[in-house]
Amino acid sequence: MISVRNVNKTFGKQQVLFDVSADFEPGRVNLIIGQSGQGKSVLAKSMVGLHEVDSGQILFDGRNFTEMDKSDRAEIRQEIGMLFQGSALFDSMTVEENIKFPLSMFTKMTKKEMQDRVDFCLERVNLQGRNALYPSECSGGMQKRVGIARAIAMNPKYLFCDEPNSGLDPKTAIVIDSLIKDITYEYGITTIVITHDMNSVMEIGDNVIFIHQGKKWWEGDRHTIITTDNPEIEAFVFASEFMKKIRSSLKERIK
Amino acid sequence: MDEVQYIGINSIPIVALMSTFIGAVISLQTASNMDSPLLPDYTVGYITQSSVILEFSPTIISLILAGKVGSNIASEIGTMRITEQIDALEIMGVNSLNHLILPKVLAAVVYFPVLVIFSMILAMIGGFIALVVSDLQSTETYVLGLRSFFDVSNITYALTKTVAFGFIIVSIYVKGGSLDVGKASTKSVVVSSVVILIANFIITKLMLL
Repeated sequence: MISVRNVNKTFGKQQVLFDVSADFEPGRVNLIIGQSGQGKSVLAKSMVGLHEVDSGQILFDGRNFTEMDKSDRAEIRQEIGMLFQGSALFDSMTVEENIKFPLSMFTKMTKKEMQDRVDFCLERVNLQGRNALYPSECSGGMQKRVGIARAIAMNPKYLFCDEPNSGLDPKTAIVIDSLIKDITYEYGITTIVITHDMNSVMEIGDNVIFIHQGKKWWEGDRHTIITTDNPEIEAFVFASEFMKKIRSSLKERIK
Repeated sequence: MDEVQYIGINSIPIVALMSTFIGAVISLQTASNMDSPLLPDYTVGYITQSSVILEFSPTIISLILAGKVGSNIASEIGTMRITEQIDALEIMGVNSLNHLILPKVLAAVVYFPVLVIFSMILAMIGGFIALVVSDLQSTETYVLGLRSFFDVSNITYALTKTVAFGFIIVSIYVKGGSLDVGKASTKSVVVSSVVILIANFIITKLMLL
């Protein structure tokens, strides 16, 4: 489990996170949603140590990440997989080399074991046989899948996904969502997804945290988000007339 | 090995071109200004040798490499920053500074001196072509000039400067590259050129005077 306790973060004079606390349980897909500029990416980046928090604690299964030195943090980071918004694949390496990279850096696997692991990860994301492609030769959806394959290569306990569906068509977005959900359930990973995508909220949101003005404004799941009367949630999730109609129809059904 | 290719081998054509032509021009200009009968003919070869070893090859070639290699490094690192590849390294627990910069520093420190020695040889050949082929001087006189007052410590001085310049170029470009790619590349070329010239003055003062 990942726990965030009373986290505050300031950039210069501007406070971005205000006393945020939340728990992210293993084997569940935890979503952090919110409008742009409200602090959700800062929260996620603070959780993995790309930003230092001003106060508060980040706990990985009880281990206080915020108070660790560099070497202890490096150990925790080997338990973290991350899928970046733009995939962040190393563009000078092939798909296979990208997935092999963390294995060659941090494990004592033989070449054969590494190759088996790469093939397994590629098969898991339905990209078998694409080992020799370079990221520039892959479509956006393929890049995301390679990103997931690289993220799970080290058998992570924690998986962070930063807007995994941005720039993807709806059909591919569903494929990526399903993949994230399946991997989370299959391996019991603590998964945290930052997203704007309401399809993702409805499809995979086991636990949904709404960040607004740097604060945790609301917490629930994909079912309770439909019935909540929280005005900020309504304004964000059901902003369009289409979504409002869907919501009222769903509410009717629930009644 | 990629870094050697990138920093060393890929720079050979520009270094060869610049060195040959500048060597030719140095010798021609020296010859055209040597009209005093008191100066021996071999002075042209001697001045070409001294200019090339002491200043042209280590300093001017380093300034050229600052533009070529340095801006490439700035673009590469800057692009990696923007596309979150450096964040990806950090998340994996990889020290991005060691992983990305150290091989470049090593390649620069090892291969810049090789390029500079190559430049010295080509510049002197350039001078030879300009003078001898144009029939301005005999081969024997030019070679005598090149060998006159030759001091090995000048080579040591030149290579010491080159190692320092190689380190400056890689370090400054890397630092600048993490910001905005285009802006950082331009700024880095200017900053490292200025730092090279200041370092050149300091090293010259320390080693020769």
